[in-house]
Amino acid sequence: MPTLTDKKPVRPTNRALGRPAPELIFGDLWEYDPAPETADPKLKPRYELFIGGKFVAPASGKYFDSINPANETKIAEMALGSAPDVDAAYRAAQKAQEGVWGKMPGKERAKYLYRIARLLQDRAREFAVAETMDNGKPIKETRDFDVPMAAAHFFYHAGWADKLDYVAPGRRVAPLGIVGQVIPWNFPLLMMAWKLAPALAMGNCAVIKPATNTPLSALKLAEIIQDAGLPPGVVNILTGPGSTGGLIMAHPLAAKIAFTGSTEVGKVIMRSVAGTGKRMTMELGGKAANIVFDDAPLDQAVEGIVNGIFFNQGQVCCAGSRLLVHEPVADAVVAKLRNRLRVLRVGDPLDKNTDVGAIVSRDQLETVRGYLDAGVKEGAKMWQPPCRLPAKGFYMPPTLFTGVTQSHRIAREEIFGPVLAIITFRTVDEAIEKANNTEYGLSAGVWTDKGSRILKMSTELKAGVVWANTFNKFDPASPFGGYKESGFGREGGRQGLLDYCKLV
Amino acid sequence: MSAGFPNAFRRLCDEIGPVDAVGIEERVAKYATRSIKKASKITGLNLAVSMVDLTTLEGKDTPDKVASLCRKALHPHEGLNVPQVAAVCVYPSMVKHARRALGEDTAVRIASVATAFPSGQAPLRTRLAEVKSAVADGADEIDMVINRGAFLAGEYQRMQDEIVAVRDACGTATLKVILEVSELETYDNIRAASFLAMRVLRPGDFIKTSTGKTSLNATLGNNQVMLEAIRDFYLATGTPIAMKPAGGIRTAKQALHFLVAVKETLGDGWLNNTRYRFGASSLLNDLLRQLEKEKTGAYQAPYYFSEAAESY
Repeated sequence: MPTLTDKKPVRPTNRALGRPAPELIFGDLWEYDPAPETADPKLKPRYELFIGGKFVAPASGKYFDSINPANETKIAEMALGSAPDVDAAYRAAQKAQEGVWGKMPGKERAKYLYRIARLLQDRAREFAVAETMDNGKPIKETRDFDVPMAAAHFFYHAGWADKLDYVAPGRRVAPLGIVGQVIPWNFPLLMMAWKLAPALAMGNCAVIKPATNTPLSALKLAEIIQDAGLPPGVVNILTGPGSTGGLIMAHPLAAKIAFTGSTEVGKVIMRSVAGTGKRMTMELGGKAANIVFDDAPLDQAVEGIVNGIFFNQGQVCCAGSRLLVHEPVADAVVAKLRNRLRVLRVGDPLDKNTDVGAIVSRDQLETVRGYLDAGVKEGAKMWQPPCRLPAKGFYMPPTLFTGVTQSHRIAREEIFGPVLAIITFRTVDEAIEKANNTEYGLSAGVWTDKGSRILKMSTELKAGVVWANTFNKFDPASPFGGYKESGFGREGGRQGLLDYCKLV
Repeated sequence: MSAGFPNAFRRLCDEIGPVDAVGIEERVAKYATRSIKKASKITGLNLAVSMVDLTTLEGKDTPDKVASLCRKALHPHEGLNVPQVAAVCVYPSMVKHARRALGEDTAVRIASVATAFPSGQAPLRTRLAEVKSAVADGADEIDMVINRGAFLAGEYQRMQDEIVAVRDACGTATLKVILEVSELETYDNIRAASFLAMRVLRPGDFIKTSTGKTSLNATLGNNQVMLEAIRDFYLATGTPIAMKPAGGIRTAKQALHFLVAVKETLGDGWLNNTRYRFGASSLLNDLLRQLEKEKTGAYQAPYYFSEAAESY
């Protein structure tokens, strides 16, 4: 037999010198045709406030427009809630709390939650389309994540409602009363479920305000709440500007307030309720580090990085917006990332093949653009894949920054957009130090083939969630929340329920 | 007891990197959510037809059966403007009958499984003789099986040496190296075996998932591991290796998902039948049925399509 093989290294040694490096062609040889989701979102031209189980006109008589960020058209008119409406909502909640809901046995409350969950599943497609129109996120995310996950939270907490004696072993629990809740625009329906499901399971009533940009799915959920026959006043939904949220937080009848949003607004709220005796939970900003070691499965790490920062256009509080990559594999990871971004499809959120949709509003788009300018100005190197963006609507291609250091603004501030800051490190300690060198502490990711390193990192990282060899994974049974200026309190799991009860 | 090759796998894995099973399966689940409609569906279906290695690999194969397979390969369906398939795939004893049925002047290639397919458990000289005779009878392509025993024992040099011997026995025939992924079990092993094979292959030779004779054949997951290996090898060396998933791909919808994986992992350069094939038989009629449905708007009964290859 002839001689056989010289072992050839994988490195590009047997490539003829002077020839261009091989490249992959991601062209239009086989292009996907548009595949729009056609389910009817069943929208009304105008949505009122939901108070005491009824849709009521706002005291101010004023309405504001909800805009589809994908094409800048008006979707519907939303009622503008003001002080008298907030007060009416709290009165309705008080009546429900004292008259019905607080005294109802847990197993009875569970029936309503199960009903809401099932009705949401029944109308999943309709809700997915409405959510995508209101928020701009791709239909594949609303269809496969937001809506099913929202239903899962209602199911999960329905399961708890008749087992509350086991939430705090050795202790009895009682509802707090009325909770005031303000939620953000990045997961409008899902955040509503995160807030309402545990509050209701525990026997509280709620006054809740969806974000100004994305009020639609909240009012559609109000229809489901009506259909489920939930006693009037248990859930009251007010739409309006940030000031309406301020009124909800400040109302004297609130026993607890829960806020998800920016750290900046969170601080304002905390100041305003200081000394009132109200309980608080805050789920605020983040600047998560996704840490890739040289022994990691690189292609799957790249997939996790993409999922971490481009999921929902990066408008995720736990987004992996900083990539900390081990120097030996830094070039390889960036090269793989670029090839991966070249096949991400940016465009019409209602197209079933769209991976990255529209940014929620013009303001947010301008904010993100400001960060791109800041990154370039501070000397980081920007890269975006070639992509054709629709002429109208608020779109931003996925963006990578290399050559970023800890002191760049794009590495310190929460951008809330599809922008990844890539930083290198050399040792485990350096990775930990850099990951923790932030005012935030919501989430982190670790990519390595070495199990012991995962355990070490998860103890050292100051973050509420540490994902190992994955990113952005959620489950209603798993508590979610932050360290440091990312907030306090947990949502989901037994820990989440404890934040909605008092021990007696 | 063998002499042992301590750390062989560890060393190789350090060089080429590991695979995370959960991550791979999440990645490929996204391919299945791609919505391929209208013109892109027709293009994809036609592309898939042109990539089929129409296969019959049974003990009961006869020259007549092979002749009907060849006729089907040349004329997949009357009334539809579809391309011919890429190749017919038969046992070595059937190569000369396939050549007679297809003639010399044809674009449809003859592939033959050789090297004591599917187990490979014959002496090397027997396996090489089988390859040479298949090539002499007119095979354009040889589908060999790797020595899985050698691979699992860490005897990588031996495994590669055997591939080289077969490659040389092929002459100008294209070589397809079957990893038999179900016997390798892990994605790490599939990636490692892919690299070991690619390092001794010529540009345009194939790596192939499986024989179709074991319980688990081509899946989007093992296809993806191999596509990523091909991509990494190509970007590092400039040598393009082709890919053939085989066995278990029976529906047009599955085939489109596999093509989505190719499009999004390797790009346009691999969307042709010199770089990508489907080892299948019943797939062809499902592709035709879908094409007919796109043309007429109605599903046709299966009996409107000639059955020439019901196995695999």
